[in-house]
Amino acid sequence: MATTPQVEAQETAEHPAHSVLVFEDVSLRFNGPPVLEKVSFKVKPAETRILLGPAGVGKSVVLKLANGLLRPDSGRIFLFGQEITKMPEHKLLALRTLTGMVFQESALFDSLTVRDNVGYQLMERHLPVDEIDGRVREALRFVELEHTYDMLPASLSGGMRRRVAIARAIIDQPQFLLYDSPTGGLDPVTSTTIDELIIKERDVYKTPALLVTHRLQDAFTMATHRFDTEKGGVVPLPHGTTNPETTFLVLHEGKLIFDGSTEGLVTSADPFLKEFLA
Amino acid sequence: MPIESLDTLAKRMLFAVQEFTLFCGEALANLFRAPHYWSDVVTQADLIGVGSIPIVVLTGFFTGGVLALQSAASLAQFGAQAYTGRFVSLSMIRELAPVLTGLMVSGRNAGGMASELGSMQVTEQIDAMRALGTDPMKKLVTPRMLSTVVMLFLLTIVSDTLGTAGGAFVAVVFSAQNGTQYFDSAYQALVFSDIIQGLTKPIFFGFIISLIGCYYGMKTTGGTQGVGRSTTQAVVVSSIMIILMDFLLSRIMLWVFPPM
Repeated sequence: MATTPQVEAQETAEHPAHSVLVFEDVSLRFNGPPVLEKVSFKVKPAETRILLGPAGVGKSVVLKLANGLLRPDSGRIFLFGQEITKMPEHKLLALRTLTGMVFQESALFDSLTVRDNVGYQLMERHLPVDEIDGRVREALRFVELEHTYDMLPASLSGGMRRRVAIARAIIDQPQFLLYDSPTGGLDPVTSTTIDELIIKERDVYKTPALLVTHRLQDAFTMATHRFDTEKGGVVPLPHGTTNPETTFLVLHEGKLIFDGSTEGLVTSADPFLKEFLA
Repeated sequence: MPIESLDTLAKRMLFAVQEFTLFCGEALANLFRAPHYWSDVVTQADLIGVGSIPIVVLTGFFTGGVLALQSAASLAQFGAQAYTGRFVSLSMIRELAPVLTGLMVSGRNAGGMASELGSMQVTEQIDAMRALGTDPMKKLVTPRMLSTVVMLFLLTIVSDTLGTAGGAFVAVVFSAQNGTQYFDSAYQALVFSDIIQGLTKPIFFGFIISLIGCYYGMKTTGGTQGVGRSTTQAVVVSSIMIILMDFLLSRIMLWVFPPM
């Protein structure tokens, strides 16, 4: 089931966009004013794009559109070079197995243990139990939660649930990661742990990602730090430098008002951006 | 009421009917599409079927008992007390066992399905399932539908048996009737069309309970309050639909198998 979209993704690698994700003039409204109006941006291979914006501006909607969980009213969305705007759900399901998504409130299956949550995708593919166990333990080791293997989500703290959700998203080595406010509602220490895991995933596995947050501190931590494999931890980049593969998008009143680098963001003359960053 | 509101209401109702029809169609079509979640079917059969046995046993037994109690007194006035078994078995098998079992299972399971799937919906677990490449209709809805249809059919047979037994208990203990005479009367009264009628209904009721429960669950919005609303709506709508469907099926059965 997982091999089909991989083949298709390779076949369409020469698509002009040559990007992991492309939004072309995407608009969407529910019952009321438009949530998104002609939003366009790209996520290139190995790139991490941080989507900023005030609460309720439609950031999570962008993530759900990116994964085909919602459909736009107009515009086009390409995922791995394939247009998903009108793709039938059964084809989308196969394509989604190539992505990993971390939901705002973790969205762990509360009736399943941590092992079954993390290994869900592997169990769906009917892999041997030993292989599932091994890969689940490896993913839990990555988020430093191996001891929670047999626990139920209800007995985990908010931060632990978020880390288990990251383990679930990365266990099948996705080709694209979507993070929906991974540090939302967490204390600063736990937020730092989550940030470090995301930086580790970015720098070790070079997985492209689209990350939604309204916490500027987390966003700038990701832009100004890197994972040091020798030290086994996150270290700051030299003063005045930022990670060139980590760039920003800012959404305001349904429109994308910024698309560029960290330097471009902090030096922007846009009055809203100045106020937002202050 | 302004014209616009009536217009909007009519559109919303039509849209709901369209959505429910598509939902049912997809759930049924998934029976013939891979992957099939057989382990979920068995789990749901245990929860829905085995879990409902106590209420079905109690309801069936006491309903049969009450029927015998009431009918024996009335039949005695005409010297026809020996027909108690016939009266109880016909009433239970043709009408009461399927309807009461349907209503009991509806109260217990339509609400349960709506609240379980509704909670999953509002906590984004359904979206997470889709994001992991699993079709929630195949994984959650179709196994519940299949389990409910099969188990309601079997539970109705249990209710038929217990209802007849309850009638026998009351007839023998309270009305001092002969047990053999009761069972002989009950058995002689039954014909093929009675059994068909009694066992066709639970199949339709099973579809109603599971599909309405799952539909309201999957369409839940509005947090925990929305889950409560979906649960109540699922129980109310499925109960009404069971009564309505019972009437329609009885009418059709009488047309197909006219009384001798």
